[in-house]
Amino acid sequence: MSIKRPFSREQRTTVIYGMLAFILILVVLQLWLLTATMNAYLGGDEAVIWPAAGASLLCLLLNAGLLRYLYFIERVRR
Amino acid sequence: MTQLQFHDDESREAETLDVRVDTPGREGLAGTTPSDAYAPLRDPEQITRPPDGRPLHHQPQWRKDFPIDWPQDNYVARRDFAKFMVLTSAAFAIGQIWIGMQNIWRRHRGAPTIRKIASLSALPVGGTLVFQYPGPHDDCILIRTAPDGLLQAYSQKCTHLSCAVVPRIEEGILRCPCHEGSFDLNTGRKIAGPPPRPLPRIALSVRGDDVYATGVEWRTV
Repeated sequence: MSIKRPFSREQRTTVIYGMLAFILILVVLQLWLLTATMNAYLGGDEAVIWPAAGASLLCLLLNAGLLRYLYFIERVRR
Repeated sequence: MTQLQFHDDESREAETLDVRVDTPGREGLAGTTPSDAYAPLRDPEQITRPPDGRPLHHQPQWRKDFPIDWPQDNYVARRDFAKFMVLTSAAFAIGQIWIGMQNIWRRHRGAPTIRKIASLSALPVGGTLVFQYPGPHDDCILIRTAPDGLLQAYSQKCTHLSCAVVPRIEEGILRCPCHEGSFDLNTGRKIAGPPPRPLPRIALSVRGDDVYATGVEWRTV
């Protein structure tokens, strides 16, 4: 019985390139959020702290979801 | 029924075989299994391919000595990088929550207490005084800029990297010697250099001859 995968390695490599593009954009967004929030916090502006934390958590969830999808397509199907 | 006839080299008697016996799932049932039927499958993803695509005998010796499966190495490296980036993303999210918790803690501490910091008569025009407010490690600077009692007080920590700013009364600035940052003496706002925010201003109250610090004004612009 042969081993079948949902995607070939070449296809998964293409998928991971696209995934990395999304992940990098989201991580850069999170870095900007962190520096902007720290600047606001040190300047006494409290209004942006929790909305920015929520946005950063959303980015983390998206990244974690993409990583989970990567593990999903790596799963061996027999 | 379709039948095939096979003849060996020794011209033995022809034997008749039913081709359906050699169909997938029935191999070996009648001794007709090809010798390579149970040979391990060669997964095309497990074949080493040099990055330039040339055959192995055209590769340099060092590559023959270390035959790396480059497509697999490429894939795994990017997968691990993606995992590391997600870990970085988690660290940033934790940092955001940490800022929120610090803000809750700062609110919980409440407003700083009013405290006497100097006597007006002891501070000449153009004179400065370093004091600690609101905490014992929060250095601030009090400056008397005019004879009519005009006072300015700021946190002495530069908003860039917390170096101590130095007043230059004659130039009308507070200068940070670490990275050449300058703040306006009358407003505390940034004039030049890398500081991202104005200096926090200390609210003052003069009662008779006594100067009191009454609060800290944090500013982003």
